[in-house]
Amino acid sequence: MAEPALSIRGLTKVYGNGFQALKGIDLDVQQGDFFALLGPNGAGKSTTLGVVCSLVQKSEGKVSIFGIDIDKDFAKAKYQLGVVPQEFNFNQFEKVLDIVLAQAGYYGMTRREALPRAEQLLRDLGLWDKRNGNARMLSGGMKRRLMIARALMHRPKLLILDEPTAGVDIELRRSMWEYMRRINQDEGTTIILTTHYLEEAESLCRNIAIINHGEIVRNTSVRELLAELDTETFLLDLAEPVSQPPVIEGFEITQVEPSQLALVIHRGQQLNDVFSVLSEQGMQVVSMRNRANRLEEMFVSMVEAGNNAIDKRAELDKEAQA
Amino acid sequence: MNATQTFVALWTLVLKEIKRFTRIWPQTLLPPSITMAMYFIIFGNLIGSRIGDMDGFSYMDFIVPGLIMMSVITNSYSNVASSFFSNKFQRSVEELMVSPMPNWVILSGFILGGMARGLGVGLIVTLVSLFFTQLTVEHPLLTILVVVLTSALFSLGGFINALLANKFDDISIVPTFILTPLTYLGGVFYSISMLPNFWQGVSMLNPILYMVNVFRYGFLGVSDIPVGWALAAIFGFIIVLFFVALSMLERGKGIRS
Repeated sequence: MAEPALSIRGLTKVYGNGFQALKGIDLDVQQGDFFALLGPNGAGKSTTLGVVCSLVQKSEGKVSIFGIDIDKDFAKAKYQLGVVPQEFNFNQFEKVLDIVLAQAGYYGMTRREALPRAEQLLRDLGLWDKRNGNARMLSGGMKRRLMIARALMHRPKLLILDEPTAGVDIELRRSMWEYMRRINQDEGTTIILTTHYLEEAESLCRNIAIINHGEIVRNTSVRELLAELDTETFLLDLAEPVSQPPVIEGFEITQVEPSQLALVIHRGQQLNDVFSVLSEQGMQVVSMRNRANRLEEMFVSMVEAGNNAIDKRAELDKEAQA
Repeated sequence: MNATQTFVALWTLVLKEIKRFTRIWPQTLLPPSITMAMYFIIFGNLIGSRIGDMDGFSYMDFIVPGLIMMSVITNSYSNVASSFFSNKFQRSVEELMVSPMPNWVILSGFILGGMARGLGVGLIVTLVSLFFTQLTVEHPLLTILVVVLTSALFSLGGFINALLANKFDDISIVPTFILTPLTYLGGVFYSISMLPNFWQGVSMLNPILYMVNVFRYGFLGVSDIPVGWALAAIFGFIIVLFFVALSMLERGKGIRS
């Protein structure tokens, strides 16, 4: 079997103030994968990726990129790696073309080698017309695309995208998804994505790890994770307002607005059963949609379960001390 | 990285630094030339004519090397300090950190960029001085050597300052409270032989005195201190500061959490 694109073993990070951001995590991302690393704010996602990109110094553990141990030959490992960080980190006063050409230069690419690549990437990402403009004049979405172009200049085999579509409008987000799919499928680039848009992870990624409080709480395929989903919540819009929600045995129905109901469906239950009862009671459903993204429900329940476990542990510690 | 890739990376960084300070030339190249022209007019011409000779030379001829050196020192230092700190502040330093460039290349790129500005401003000030006096250079190679070394030394100082700085104020403290006083007291405007013995001894602790004097020796052939000793001291400082800066960079001081 080929070496994983990224292999992490026992990764620990303790910051100077004593905060333990990572508690010995293990993670493998296979070559060619489109992998999501999810977790609430402060869970340890950016710290993990920061260690991989050399922006954060690890306390303990081992990280290998395509089998290259970063402690032994980080320079060689970095050639395989492209990074799109969460925050804009280019010189805003430089020209767009200069930014991508300079990045290629840092990887040892001459200007002659880098120019055609820069043109191709900037055209693909809709930035070629802006190439001679200052980066600070770009819109937020364009700045994000500039960071993607910059990260791809040296043709990395592993691309790390830390919330690449944050603050980007829906249309642009979808075009960026298309682009990311293309480089994953056509060019075989392994992609690791962190995002707060769980719809994004569900739509793009094949495998997923959820990190919370510095620990990996799940590491599986998106399909398997969704198969475990026990409940799903639907919002039903009614033709006429109702004074109180209907009571249907075995179903949990609450009223959101006078003419909107929230219906929780458990695995094995049929929507048809609900519709027929509603129809008998003279209620007409005009439209229906998921209350939240399916993965989001799963994610929230896992994070809550993790938080509850930590609260419980803290309580037990307190009792033991008393 | 192989040798060619390393050279390309270094050259990219140096060119980027040169582009940066030439793009903002009204802030970087113009002010020192105007300030030095004022020094030449006021101290060299107006006041200097009443002061008379200094160490056997007209006052104008005496201060020209010191003023050139002063420009080189302040510009080399401030270029690297402000450029690297801006990179830290805007987080564009991450572009360098995620790349496979060795730390010595990153350090050298900024130092050569700082030297380019320091020496560029030194050349401009030299050209401006030609409007006021006829320069003679007694020891051209020594003059070039000492100005290049001094520029490298203060670029290194600026780099360390930027690594340690947490806010923009931190990169102006050293130039304002240390570099400027040491430069003014470093024999730019007077010969230390004019001072009482005690203050001559105190002046000998000022490293900038050595650089100004060796540089002046290159132009005029006179110096208050032994030239060989001064050159050795500059070399020594460069080696020490280079390895201090490199070690800080390796440890990620101020740039890596």
